[in-house]
Amino acid sequence: MTNGKTKASEEQIAYAGVLNVGMWFGLFLLVVTFIVYISGVLPSYVPIDDLPKYWTMRVHDFNVALNAPTGWHWTALVGKGDYLNFVGIAILSGLTILCYLVILPILFRKKDTAYVVLAIAEVLVLSLAASGLLKVGGH
Amino acid sequence: MLIIAAAFFPANAAFASHDAAPAPPSAAATPENGDAHASAAAPATPASTTPWWVWPLSLFIVTFILGILAVLGGVGGGVLFVPIVGGFFPFNIDFVRGAGLLVALAGALAAGPGLLKRNLASLRLALPVALIASAAAIVGAMIGLALKPNVVNTLLGATILFIVVIMATAKKSDFPVVPKPDALSQSLGIMGIYREESLGKDVEWNVHKTPVGLARFIVIGIMAGMFGLGAGWANVPVLNLLMGAPLKISVATSKFLLSITDTSAAWVYLNQGAVLPMIVVPSLVGIMLGSIVGVKILAKAKPKAIKWMVIGLLLFAGARSLLKGLAIWK
Repeated sequence: MTNGKTKASEEQIAYAGVLNVGMWFGLFLLVVTFIVYISGVLPSYVPIDDLPKYWTMRVHDFNVALNAPTGWHWTALVGKGDYLNFVGIAILSGLTILCYLVILPILFRKKDTAYVVLAIAEVLVLSLAASGLLKVGGH
Repeated sequence: MLIIAAAFFPANAAFASHDAAPAPPSAAATPENGDAHASAAAPATPASTTPWWVWPLSLFIVTFILGILAVLGGVGGGVLFVPIVGGFFPFNIDFVRGAGLLVALAGALAAGPGLLKRNLASLRLALPVALIASAAAIVGAMIGLALKPNVVNTLLGATILFIVVIMATAKKSDFPVVPKPDALSQSLGIMGIYREESLGKDVEWNVHKTPVGLARFIVIGIMAGMFGLGAGWANVPVLNLLMGAPLKISVATSKFLLSITDTSAAWVYLNQGAVLPMIVVPSLVGIMLGSIVGVKILAKAKPKAIKWMVIGLLLFAGARSLLKGLAIWK
């Protein structure tokens, strides 16, 4: 028998709720877009038959050889079967930022200053990673 | 730590070159006009006679089996995925690590809601740890993508063999003794109560040695980002044995933690173009379906035998990565 003390906190329940809905939505979208991709309903940026020639390359060489987009430039190619899949991938990857934004007002209301600061800092870190501003050089 | 340190020493030599000579891009082809073919006149790899669909199908079958083994062996899918797919499939290790992160991320996202609602994963414990681990994972991902594949494979092999040692020797404590919570954990209110069904009672918990524990997550984050591994193998010992969180809280919080740590590293791989849907989606679906089957088999399986089977598999995959990196077993 559980009691009130063992129950998850309000922010934890809120986080779990958003995560649950977003995760299923992202996964569903990923599977559907992949079916669209391999069925050939939409043309691919990199023709599927040619892909095995390129996936052995380092990512930098792959990008150069195919003039493949980096950062958020893939959004210009969502009409292509392969880059359409990135919508689901981006949703799954961006879900955590959304979850943090959902719990921030609850933490504010509880005057939980330390965790407000931690949550804001995490949103900034994840946003920086997602921004595409970070470049990997040296190739 | 040695592995991380070693990563920096060969870096000077490793950063400058690449494995495959790139074909020159064509000025006529841009992502905007959406024609990759025009720019891909001279692919670096000779045409393979294997039809393309063989690879995603093989990936699906292999990851389905890995999903079963991961559940039965009590490890995350990422730690099995990267060395095995990296060692035995034709994909470049850059794309394998990108896929590995997304596989681990999807598993963590799927498990997260249930663990949080049941109060087994603790947001109060996870948030400070996640901030450090996710920032470190970005650094790890950038280092990993800048290193030469042979260096990555060598370090990955060494890391996997290190994980084998941890899995074979590390002890776990269901309810570690925390004589006195440290000042940092007390000021952050890192504590909780959960229902331990096996004992039929509520268990109060708190943690100690928080600053040391948080420092360990810098290394864990870097390794997770660098190799595309989920880091449950390292999270759990630190949370459980060092910081003194109960085993169930440690395992659940570790799983949830991966959803944050792997997110930051996954964005770096995604933004660099190191994510191929043809590798990611079959792997992700395969490992998730395998995990569902694994949970059903778990009730009847002999955990000890499975654990040693997974250790054997990791030993083989780790040795393969190491020898591939050292150009002994190409």
